[in-house]
Amino acid sequence: MATDSIASLNEVLQKDEATLLQSWVDNQVNASAFRPDRTSRQDLMDQSRRFLALMRDAVRGGEQDIMSPAWTGVRQMLDDLSVSRAQQGFSPSETATFIFSLKEPLFDRLQRVIGQTEAVARLWPINLLLDRLGLYTTEVFQRGREKVIIRQQQELMELSTPVVTLWDGVLALPLIGTLDSARTQVVMENLLQRIVESGAAIAIIDITGVPTVDTVTAQHLLKTVAAARLMGADCIISGIRPQIAQTIVHLGVELGTVVTKATLADAFAIALKRVGLVVQKASTAPRRRDDEGADARAAAERGEG
Amino acid sequence: MERIPILKMGEYLLVTIQVDMHDRLAMSLQDDLTSRIVSARAKGVLIDISALEMVDSFIGRMFGDIAAMSRVLDAETVVVGMRPAVAITLVELGLSLPGVRTALNIERGMELLRGLISARGRDDAGSA
Repeated sequence: MATDSIASLNEVLQKDEATLLQSWVDNQVNASAFRPDRTSRQDLMDQSRRFLALMRDAVRGGEQDIMSPAWTGVRQMLDDLSVSRAQQGFSPSETATFIFSLKEPLFDRLQRVIGQTEAVARLWPINLLLDRLGLYTTEVFQRGREKVIIRQQQELMELSTPVVTLWDGVLALPLIGTLDSARTQVVMENLLQRIVESGAAIAIIDITGVPTVDTVTAQHLLKTVAAARLMGADCIISGIRPQIAQTIVHLGVELGTVVTKATLADAFAIALKRVGLVVQKASTAPRRRDDEGADARAAAERGEG
Repeated sequence: MERIPILKMGEYLLVTIQVDMHDRLAMSLQDDLTSRIVSARAKGVLIDISALEMVDSFIGRMFGDIAAMSRVLDAETVVVGMRPAVAITLVELGLSLPGVRTALNIERGMELLRGLISARGRDDAGSA
């Protein structure tokens, strides 16, 4: 029975290809899923002609399983079509319509070839075949979309984790966005690599751009700090907003011995101090005594000797 | 059997790990180092691991142990030159080695060691 169906399909494809192609393309253009802004009648014509030619080759051997080697050409053609449509921004149903719109003209012609009595039984396998091809395009479409998403995620990750040099020996890592484990890994690797390259003794991790800090995020931050410390660089965490300070305490997150500062400026000031640098106004050349007193008091408040 | 050389420089001991560590080597390093600290009356130990590419939890623990042992023997330990990959591995293994002092390279490590020892000298003088 199924072989009969394939034979009829073969017959239609051999004899009637030109008119079939014509009405198929008409169907696609008239379908609600037609996107004149993304594709043209000529493109559709080319694609459809190629598809019919490949399908004719595939059907000639009588093979029905679309995953078999005989259908490789068809599958490849659909792969290319679906992926390129995914990238052009077609929807899944607009992509699958390419196949499903073939049903009407094809069945019209099949019915003429096949006698009325056994029409249903003979058309069924072909119907299934087309359904499978249609689903295949959706599947590939989805995969194409996922690839786009993955690429964007990677780009985002690389974009959003720059390590900047604030001063000789002082690095800063302004974090923006949520800190999940994959990003922590990238952040950590970038930071450690830069520490090695620049020989920096201090790294400031600025979390002004991190929307929320939960226990997991804190864990990731502490990991980064611990790894940097193992390499011999001290970390300061800065940019802690009042809201985040409250969350940290409410969650009972233990930041341990990590130095934290409210702003990047505070962190930078203490970093400069640790590398043994002072910032002063250009006009006041020698340091005044009361400045030193203030500095010593500030240092005492921070718990440093 | 291969051994890791321990060099004496004044009151410091210098250990450079140039080969991949395995457990037996780690154990013998612990033995050798502790006895050297005593015999040389060393005040500081500098362990350079810049050539070390792989660590496991055992080797990671060993660094912590060595630091703790030398502290008992009245010597400070500084581990220098850890590679990024090694640092990440140790942290992922949950070994952030809180008791171990670290520095980026030998020069910084030596500086840190000197600072530590002179600070301790002052403390001792103060309490005496």
